[in-house]
Amino acid sequence: MDEQNRSKRFEEIFAVHLDAAYNLARWLTRDDSNAEDVVQEACLRAFKFMDSFHGGNGRAWLLAIVRNTFYTWLEKNRPQTMLNVPFDEDTLAANGHDVDALTLDANYGVDRLLEEEDTRRIVNQALDQLAVEFREVIVLRELEDMSYKEIAAVTNIPIGTVMSRLARGRKLLQQHLRQANLET
Amino acid sequence: MDCTHTQSLLHGYVDKELDAASVIAVDQHLHSCIACKRICDQYSALRSAVRQHASYYAAPAALGDRIRAKIGGPAAHAPAKTDKHRPQWFQLGQWLQLGAAAAATAVKDRSQWLQLGTAVAATAAVTWMAALQLNNPSQDDAISEQVIAGYARSVLTSHITDVATSDQHTVKPWLSGKLDFSPRVTDLTTAGFPLVGGRLDYLDNRLVAALVYRHRQHLINLFVWPYSKSDKPAGMQTLARNGYYLLHWSDAGMTYWAISDVDSADLKTFAETYARTK
Repeated sequence: MDEQNRSKRFEEIFAVHLDAAYNLARWLTRDDSNAEDVVQEACLRAFKFMDSFHGGNGRAWLLAIVRNTFYTWLEKNRPQTMLNVPFDEDTLAANGHDVDALTLDANYGVDRLLEEEDTRRIVNQALDQLAVEFREVIVLRELEDMSYKEIAAVTNIPIGTVMSRLARGRKLLQQHLRQANLET
Repeated sequence: MDCTHTQSLLHGYVDKELDAASVIAVDQHLHSCIACKRICDQYSALRSAVRQHASYYAAPAALGDRIRAKIGGPAAHAPAKTDKHRPQWFQLGQWLQLGAAAAATAVKDRSQWLQLGTAVAATAAVTWMAALQLNNPSQDDAISEQVIAGYARSVLTSHITDVATSDQHTVKPWLSGKLDFSPRVTDLTTAGFPLVGGRLDYLDNRLVAALVYRHRQHLINLFVWPYSKSDKPAGMQTLARNGYYLLHWSDAGMTYWAISDVDSADLKTFAETYARTK
């Protein structure tokens, strides 16, 4: 692929999906400046490997690179112990009772409608508290409106795992929101 | 359907990822079970809360400019590949060495993570690209696994087709409308392989057409997508994996992967009939 063609094809994807790339990086890193670094690095890699993009879903392709770049960054920037954010079956089982007993009102956010800004802050915080494995699938599902198949393509995990992570992530998110709701 | 089964499907249900038969079964259960309906409503409410209230962080304008400058700069002046003064991010070989060094060295300086991160990222990317780009056995392995996964997924989730009709003149335009290419769709009923329909699938990093045929009680999937320039037209290759037979060939700008649990002779007959019927 010649440079001009490469630039043109890259721009087609880049121009359309830069916001999606930044949104994902911002939710993964939870920090503006780190998100910019990750996106910049990811875009340079995407441009470099433009030849591997055979057409099709440009957003999934770019987001997969953003995600890979983030995990590389994470390994470099965090003590090893912090990588193992507890999210496995055992942890959930230990909290299982609470999760089962959890009841979030169907009209949560309506009967206790807070100011829009407060609601935004609470939802953002609850999502930020989730382990990254859950946060990423929920962000891709709800904010990028991706199908399970697209999420599987971005995260390189099987569709069944996408579904189970969404299920667990949502239960934990309910828990966090309920906690926040009680505290306000 | 009981409560346990229903609740296991609720996320797929609220995400609209279930096949039609399961949706109807869940609907019926929710109609008569207040407890499950309540759980379902909670998930829906949670989804709405996130969709309406979670921040969508748009990229700062300066970021786009900065990236374009980086790419435009080096790309515009990118020297030939032998030039030693290439921009740093062209120097893959050096990255690989750096990556090895970086793995052994704990670096806390934030200003360095980008460089070192790049090195490790490049290592991963090179492996990944190799799998994608090279037309070699390992690429075929990777694709054959995806082909098996696509086939198995369609059977397990009863999502055999997106468009179910034996009319080739319905299947072809439906697929063409969803894809950036137009697969050849031929009903092979007379040869013993009636067309069941078509669906979209995601293989090899792209949307592909999956044509679905039946042979006696067996389903055959034929995955079709345009092959990239690096691939050469290839004669038929047979693989046996996990109890499935796969047949792979390329022809007239398209690459084909047929998979089924029929025996290999039947699959070969199918592929040859399809390839012959223009």
